Amino acid sequence: MLRRRRIAALLFLTPWLIGVTVFFLYPLGMTVYLSFTRYSMLDQPELVGFRNYEYLFTKDPYLLQAIRNTGWFIAIMVPAQVLFALGAAQVLTKLKSGAGFFRTLFYLPSLAPPVAATIAFVFLFNPATGPVNQALGFFGIKGPLWFTDPAWAKPGLVLLALWGSGNLIIILLAALLDVPKELYEAAALDGASGTQSFRHVTLPSISPVLLFAVVTGMIGAIQYFTQAVVAGSVASGSADITPSAQLPGPPEGSTLTLPYWLFVQGFQRYNMGYASALAVVIFVISLAFTVVLLRRKSGFAQVTS
Amino acid sequence: MNAKLHWVATHCVAIAIAAAFIMPLIFIGLTAVMPDEQALTPDLWPKSWEWGNLATVFRTAPLSRWLLNTVIYAVLATIFTLVSAVPTAYALARYKLRGTNIAFLLVVAMMLLPPQVLVVPMYLIWASLGLTGSIWPLVIPLLLGDAFSIFLLRQFLLTIPEDYADAARIDGCGELRVLLRVVLPMMKPALAAVGLFTFFYAWNDYYGPLIYLSEMPDQWTLSIGLASFKSVHSVQWNLTMAATVIVMAPLIILFFFAQKAFIEGVTLTGVKG
Repeated sequence: MLRRRRIAALLFLTPWLIGVTVFFLYPLGMTVYLSFTRYSMLDQPELVGFRNYEYLFTKDPYLLQAIRNTGWFIAIMVPAQVLFALGAAQVLTKLKSGAGFFRTLFYLPSLAPPVAATIAFVFLFNPATGPVNQALGFFGIKGPLWFTDPAWAKPGLVLLALWGSGNLIIILLAALLDVPKELYEAAALDGASGTQSFRHVTLPSISPVLLFAVVTGMIGAIQYFTQAVVAGSVASGSADITPSAQLPGPPEGSTLTLPYWLFVQGFQRYNMGYASALAVVIFVISLAFTVVLLRRKSGFAQVTS
Repeated sequence: MNAKLHWVATHCVAIAIAAAFIMPLIFIGLTAVMPDEQALTPDLWPKSWEWGNLATVFRTAPLSRWLLNTVIYAVLATIFTLVSAVPTAYALARYKLRGTNIAFLLVVAMMLLPPQVLVVPMYLIWASLGLTGSIWPLVIPLLLGDAFSIFLLRQFLLTIPEDYADAARIDGCGELRVLLRVVLPMMKPALAAVGLFTFFYAWNDYYGPLIYLSEMPDQWTLSIGLASFKSVHSVQWNLTMAATVIVMAPLIILFFFAQKAFIEGVTLTGVKG
């Protein structure tokens, strides 16, 4: 019986084991290998030692920019999204009527395909005639240039991310509704104020889900590509992702993220070796976040056990 | 009195957020049916309702081709994912063996790995097989197990009791029949959620098609098509928004039909197993 089950388990896992080997372990090894080569896909890869990394850390004119932008998205966009989603979820729990209706409305925009949503946002945030700046103008505020201003392109993308945070709102709403009612009642009996019971009852109860949201959000931010690329190219009015006359990540490199730079190096300039070195950098950063998630006892260990 | 004030305040906040969330969709819709000369003027309400714009975009761009490609990609991705993720998730959730824990850790690691880390060697593999320029590089990996779907299904399987499966085993059912006849019917909500997520993922995917299909315009999906559409019709925002509406509409319709499965599925992703 046990043997039969063991064989069954192995058979069930076989396709996946092939998948892991061919589509995960092998390419992971290849990425590391290729990062030590020069390779344009025309000849064989040529081993160059640490030269890619040397260039990457000392000479690459855009790497620092890309790291800074990716870091900005991790440090600003993710907390903004989590805080906003937590607030919206909190409001949903307080609604006595229409909670289902509002939940649907909050969720709806997250269904918009990223390319479509980004193009739409560039249009809505059009500096001169877009409805957003018209609305700001109505209140006497002169709206910024948004996606055509290097200082405002990233905040514009944050607003786009908030608009699409429906998933996170639903996840945090479920976590908030999971907090046992008795805990709130006990806190109220002890004379706790609203803020106190939020700090001492709500937050500890939802902290595993919150940590999960923060870390997966950060890993999402490391991969941030589509919205940055589409916003940059649509706002600059170019057909190509990186027109050669301009800096990558228009306006003025403000939307250039690490994956964006990898794409340009690997798939527009065919520097496959150098793109692999960038992939290793992305890997190391994402690994650091994954380890944090897996090691925290209260976090993923609980989610996954 | 205080309670009433509280009620009003929370509803006001909820309405404010809802309005901010719904406005962009309304403006997209209004712009889509504006006459050509009106888009990009401060006038936001259509002077005349040009419903024809929605048909025009099918003529000015190969939108129906992109639509067909996207549907093929999304349907294949959904089928492949479900077929491969079910047995894997089942084995990981139900067979407590040496190795299944390591296997599960691998699933989590793969789920959290940015796709860009592997994209160069993956591209080289598909190029050496002569399959770049087709959708196979996008869907074949799903046939061998998608980490996120496996994770989700495993979490769900842990919540359903094993008694039924054991009873079936005592009745002499083989392991495959236990999975197909007993466990699978109980997994319906999770299967619906994973199916929907995969369909949406493929429909929205930009990175994959950009890497593998960008040099083959007749293989384009709506995502890359739409991104290029804007640059071709750079001044015609009304047509761009009309195309945007056409890309968004199927998803929103699908959502309203499957809302329950959706919300349950999203909840499943966040809550501990």
